[in-house]
This record gives sequence, structure tokens and C-alpha cells, in this order.
Amino acid sequence: MKLTLTIWRQKGPDSKGKFVSYPMDNVNPEMSMLECLDVLNESLAERGEEPVAFEHDCREGICGSCGFMISGVAHGPQPATTVCQLTMRHFKDGEELVLEPWRSRAFPFVKDLVVDRRAFDRIIESGGYISVSTGNAPDGNAIPVGKEESDRAMDAAACIGCGACVAACPNGSAALFTGAKIAHLGILPQGQPERDRRAVRMVAQMHEEGFGSCTNIGECTGVCPKEIPLEVIARMNRDYLGGAWRERKNVVTTIAPVSDWDFAKK
Amino acid sequence: MKLDARIPSGPIEQAWDKARFDMKLVNPANKRRHTLIVVGSGLAGGSAAATLGELGYNVKCFCFQDSPRRAHSIAAQGGINAAKNYQNDGDSIYRLFYDTVKGGDFRAREANVYRLAQNSVNIIDQCVAQGVPFAREYGGSLENRSFGGAQVSRTFYARGQTGQQLLLGAYQALERQVDTGQVTMFPRSEMLDLIVIDGKARGIIVRNLITGKLSVHIADAVILATGGYGNVYYLSTNAKGSNATAIWRAYKRGALFANPCFTQIHPTCIPVSGDYQSKLTLMSESLRNDGRIWVPKQKGDKRPPDQIPEAERDYYLERRYPSFGNLVPRDVASRNAKAVCDEGRGVGETGLGVYLDFSEAIQRLGEETIRERYGNLFDMYQRITDENPYKVPMRIYPAIHYTMGGLWVDYQLQSTIPGLFVLGEANFSDHGANRLGASALMQGLSDGYFIIPYTVGNYLASTKLEKVSESSADAQAVLSSVQQGVEKLLAIPGKRTVDSFHRELGKIMWDDCGMSRNAAGLKDAIGRIRALREEFWRNLNVPGSSDDLNQSLEKAGRVADFLELGELMCLDALERNESCGGHFREEYQTPDGEAQRDDEHYSYAAAWGYTGPGNPPELNKEPLEFHYVHPSQRSYK
Repeated sequence: MKLTLTIWRQKGPDSKGKFVSYPMDNVNPEMSMLECLDVLNESLAERGEEPVAFEHDCREGICGSCGFMISGVAHGPQPATTVCQLTMRHFKDGEELVLEPWRSRAFPFVKDLVVDRRAFDRIIESGGYISVSTGNAPDGNAIPVGKEESDRAMDAAACIGCGACVAACPNGSAALFTGAKIAHLGILPQGQPERDRRAVRMVAQMHEEGFGSCTNIGECTGVCPKEIPLEVIARMNRDYLGGAWRERKNVVTTIAPVSDWDFAKK
Repeated sequence: MKLDARIPSGPIEQAWDKARFDMKLVNPANKRRHTLIVVGSGLAGGSAAATLGELGYNVKCFCFQDSPRRAHSIAAQGGINAAKNYQNDGDSIYRLFYDTVKGGDFRAREANVYRLAQNSVNIIDQCVAQGVPFAREYGGSLENRSFGGAQVSRTFYARGQTGQQLLLGAYQALERQVDTGQVTMFPRSEMLDLIVIDGKARGIIVRNLITGKLSVHIADAVILATGGYGNVYYLSTNAKGSNATAIWRAYKRGALFANPCFTQIHPTCIPVSGDYQSKLTLMSESLRNDGRIWVPKQKGDKRPPDQIPEAERDYYLERRYPSFGNLVPRDVASRNAKAVCDEGRGVGETGLGVYLDFSEAIQRLGEETIRERYGNLFDMYQRITDENPYKVPMRIYPAIHYTMGGLWVDYQLQSTIPGLFVLGEANFSDHGANRLGASALMQGLSDGYFIIPYTVGNYLASTKLEKVSESSADAQAVLSSVQQGVEKLLAIPGKRTVDSFHRELGKIMWDDCGMSRNAAGLKDAIGRIRALREEFWRNLNVPGSSDDLNQSLEKAGRVADFLELGELMCLDALERNESCGGHFREEYQTPDGEAQRDDEHYSYAAAWGYTGPGNPPELNKEPLEFHYVHPSQRSYK
């Protein structure tokens, strides 16, 4: 099949970017979107031009490295599928696909289709863990976890941190990502001791990074390759509200944003 | 070189206790005076960096991805073994030890494997405490399943995403240490050389993949946890970025490389569909629990599977291995798949595939149960092939998956360079010539959480370390040699792309150093690899520059190393005149086609030493002694 790939080319954060169209003949419908880019890059390299930079690693939909907008949709038209597993049979012969990087204030631009998602690491760093040092654990079966709880925690834990939720959200919110970790750990009995602190600190960090607020639009869950349910955001808000109330000092003397409150700081 | 594995004397059950007691300790106040480098952030590197940070060391952790959470451990699907015996089905530490030594076809070091089995139970406890959502029974206890090469159910799992969940556990522990300031994380940073001063590993040279800047990092010990080298075959189940550069550069600085030819071919991957193919996708081995593997009895039978009557199907694993059936170890399952395809009985368009059929399991257990167990794998299969495995049998074929070989380490996980430790798939120690399913995750976490925190302390406490600065002449000399290497790659005035060289190397390796090997093919492959390497340095074309994100340049450096490593793998395969585990030499097989070991002559780990450019590597042998599990012909019949 034939396709035209119209791709955002920009050498670096300080240079000017533009769309460049690349007509592609002989696209095999069995190949993945990334393999289609490989073929393009190979031909660019043979001509001595610089290949399109894009992120990828495992190419089986689990590492979360890959991702870009395809004609306005994060990861393209196929539900629950990252671009590395999106096969070209989902497109029509002769179609034009517009590829752009994730665009968000909190994801600084790097090159072509690559952005910097370290803000996600810093959100996890701010509390997305259970504080148990190696060697402290009781026997695995000493902490019973009901099957339903465990399954629900797993649904949230399946997040791959790709950033599609942020790119799809009109507000550029990271609520689905942050909520997924708060829900995963907050559902499990092991996660209870730090539940309040975790929610408050992670939400504060999310704001600190410059992500927008959630207004319940639901684009995030719609493009999520792991179909993280919107309910994780409800859980985040609930844990945040409870945590903010219980962790407040007796005097709330400020109307400053919560991220400036003492307990929200490191 | 005389190799001393430093295995504690006395009974194997007490070896690790004894070793730990004999180790020197670093007191808490002194720990913060030490800086340690960890390269790699997968299960081994991530767990090591987190645990060393918890102990109070200053840790610098490096990974080439944009985040430590992306390391390829994340893609492991099936599960992790542990000798918990929760199922009351006869498991024990000794049995896990026994199965692993036997599964490795008696080419692993007994004491290491025993320790691995001992640590397995602590790993599960630690991961549960971290919040890893393992599969549970309704009563709240942990669920287990069986896996290839074992007759007990000892595999813990989190749907088909066990690696992801275990890695996120380690990653979260790591981020907690980043938060406390004990660990500094360097993402998008690739190690390009090792700094050895006064015979000790003292640092690394790193390239920032965004700015292209090279920098020197000095430490008191260097820990490599950079994974395996399966991508030497171009097509493998590894991530595209997985590479051998860190361990290969360490080899060229004096660390020995052991058993490079021991590679594992995984039996259940989605078959290749075209020449644009960039990688192979694994379908977890756990599918063999409920799926039955078959091909038509007749050659060239092109009927769709549902039109081939039961009597005309050959369930070849169940027929040849009645006691293990579809659960034989990976090397056996892969070889048998190749054999039936070579006979012309393979399925699918290319004839390189066999059926993995769930219809009987769906009848017996219902589609819902199968969905529960393997839902995400079935979805993935359907996404890639556009076929519904609930209705049509899957088509699978073996693919390169794991490398048992790696840098030689002693019982303390230290390489032949003092102060250089190697963990996880990057070392050679625990899986012999074949790794059992669900054992890679176990080894990565055992090395990182429970071994290196002790052994690195012992090294620091018993070694006098001179003060070294980043600007020292030794460090700067390594830095400038790396700089020259990068410039050299960019300066080659050739025509061919990096990928075209990589594909050609991969084809040579797969054809002649893959699922089966013979002396003539290996000698021929060595000649072709040398010629290809010569062409690489003459006819490569790397577009772009060295001062920004240049993915072609990154690949060029890695492929340059693969072109050298590939030759060593062939040489090792040629030198080992026996068949064992994943190393199948066609000249050495039993009358019924099973691997024929030669314990009299080859019961050793082959540890190769670098002797300079153009010189043949030097072979050192670590004899393997089996005091507990006596070598026998492996039988899964």
C-alpha cells in the first residue's frame, strides 16, 4: 500500500520546526508503525539525510518508550495499542498520516518526535512507592490480599508511563498517570501506612511540574494503551482530599496553592 | 590465568551463610564515604542501586533509556520462580536447585545455583511488601502456576506482565532513594568505557545521548547490570536498544567473557512475517501450560488447522516426551520445532511455524478461565497477526531470547577485574547452557537485592583504594580514546547504513551460530564476520553529528561491538566439541537426536580473555565440579 507520512521535523528545542511530507510506496500492511518509520529512516540514511528521531525500545507495548500523535490521536486509531504494535493494516491505501510529538509544557521538547518525560519520574519519586527497605519483608502469604483487590490494583499498576494521557488531555493533565500509581498502592493493604502522604505529595508534585488540572473529559483513558480506567482519578481525588484534611496542621493560614504547604514539600 | 571462583568450603546448604559471616563489613559511618556506580536499571541494576542506597552508599545509576523504568526486564511476561512450596506439591530449595542445575545441562556452578534457590523465597516476600500485585487466590493467598522444565507449581506471576510489575517495584524503591538523595540517576547516558587504575575498576566514561557530551565518573567500585547480548542476531525478543557495549568494553579492559556461545532460543514467539521485521515478539512460555503444540503428520499439508482431523495431527512433544509433554525445557522445545519444520511439516505461509492450540483447554476450562490466565497475551497475538487465538490455533516459532553467557564472575559476583561486579543476564553464572523459564527475574533480583549489597561491602572493606580524581591522567586517557572512537565512526566515508550491517551480521549468526551449529559452518561464519567488520570500518555511513541526539551514531557504536562479539561467540561454539543445552553441535547428538554432552572433556566454563586488537583471545577454563547433582543425560521422556 501507499501512504504519505507528514512528520514534525525539528532539530532541537531552540531551532524552528516544520512538517515535512514523505511519500511511502510499498508499505506492507503487516508492518508496525515503527517499522514503517524504520523503512523511511533507512531510505533517508541512504540518501545521507538525518533519520527521524523517535523513541522506542521493547517494541512489544510494555516499556512505554514509544508514542506520538498520529493525525491528532495519541498512539493512533487502534484502541489499547501503542505505536510499536499498531500495524499498518489499520490505515487505508493512499492515506496521509500526520505524526507529531507529545505536546505538553511539562514534557520539554528534544528532537523530531522525542520529548523529555522525566516529570513522570519525579512524580513517582515524590511518593509513588511503599517504603520498605530490602530485608524488612514478612512472609509473602502473611499479608492476605483478596483477589478482587489484587485484580483492581493490577489494573491500575499496568500503566506504562508513556505520556499519551497527557498528550491527549486538552488541559495537559497527568491525573491518569498519577492516579494510577496512587490507586495501585492505595488499594493494597501494604500501601495503607503511607496512603495520605503519598497522595498529597504526588498531587503536589504533579502541579509543580506544570501539568494541568483534570476536568473529567476522559480523553486520557480513551487513548491509554493499557486502558487505565478513569476511576483511578476519582481515587486520587479522594485520597488527596482525605490526606490533605488529615495531614493539615491545626492552623490553615494560607490560601497559597497546596503545593506550597509544609507537608507537601520534601 | 588461574580462575579462583572463591566458593566457600563445606556443605553447600551453609555456603552462603559462611560466606556472609566471613565477609568484612563497612560500618554505617563509612558507607557514606563510598561512591558506587551501577550501570543499568533493570531488575538487577535497579534493585542493586536501590538497596545500596538504602544501606547508605552514594550511588550513581546510569541507563540509556529516558527513564530507569524502561529497562527490558519490563517485558518479561511469564513469572518468577521461588521455592516457597505454598502448593504443598513437593517443592523445596533443594529441588529448585536441582532443577536449575539439570535444566542448565550441568554447565552452571553448583554453589551459585544453590544460593539462587535460597534467595528465591526472600525475593517473593520483598516484592509482595513493595506492593507487587501478584495473582491471588480468592482467600487472599498467592497463586502459582507451573512452567517449563519443572514438575511443581512454583511460579509466581502478575497476569502476563510479571517483569513489568517486578521492575516497577524495583524502580519505585530506586526512586525512593533518589528522593532521599542517596542515588543520583543519570538517564539517557550510555557507558562507553571502563576506567581501570592500578588494576582496579575505578570509573566509567559516559556519553549523554541528548547533548553528545562525554564525561568521566569515578567511584570505588563499578557494578554492571546491562543485560544480555541477544541483539547480536539482529532479530531477537530483546528490546531494540539492548546491547553488549558495556560488557564488551569491560572485556577489552581485561574482564574475562565466559561461555559466549550459550544462547537461548525461546520456543514460543510469533513467526517472522517479512524482511522489514525489526524484532520478534515473545508469547510467554506459560502458554505451554494449557496450549498443545502440533504440526500435521503429512509433509506440506496446507489445509487450515480446523480441517486437519485429530488422527492426522502430530503432537510431537507429547509423543516424544510423555512425562514432560509440552512442558519440556526451552532448548528441547525449540530444537523439536526446528526439526519438524526442517522435515517440511511447518505451518503458515513460510513453513516456519508450529501450532499452539488452546481448543482443548477452552473446552475443558471455558473461555473465561483462559482469558483470565492469558488474556493480554491473546490480545497481543491478535493485534499483531489479526487472528483470533480463541478460535484458531496460534502459530509460533523459536527466536533468540536470552544469553546465558556473559562476563565471568566469582561467587562474589566480581569479575576478573577487582572492583568490577557483574549482575543479572550480563554475567554468566547461574543458568549453565540453558535457562529455565521464570528464572531470569529470579536471578536479577537475587543478585541485586540480596548478593551485591554484601559482596561489594566486603570488597570495599578489604581493599585499599587510592584517591582518584576525574582529571587524573589515567581517566583522561580513556576519555580521549572514547572521543576518538566516536569521531572515527562519524568520519567513515561510506555508503551503507548501520542497520544493513547489523541485519547481515544477524543472518550469519542465526544461520551458523543459532539453533544448531557445526564446525564447517562456524569456521565459515568467522571468515564472513571478519570480512563484514572490515567493510563496516570502510563503508559505513553515519548521518548527523556527535553533539545532539543521534540514534544512528548510538547504533553504530553498538554494532561495532557486536561485530567483534559475534566472532568470539562462533569461536567459543567451535571450541566446544559437544552439545549441551542451547549449544547444539550437529556432530554431537545421541541416536535419537538429543544433545550429547562430553563431561570428560568439556565440564568447564570457557572464559575468554582479550589479548589486543587482531590477536586471538586466550581461553581460560574454570573446571565445574558437581558434588550434589550428578551429571546425567537429561531426560524429559
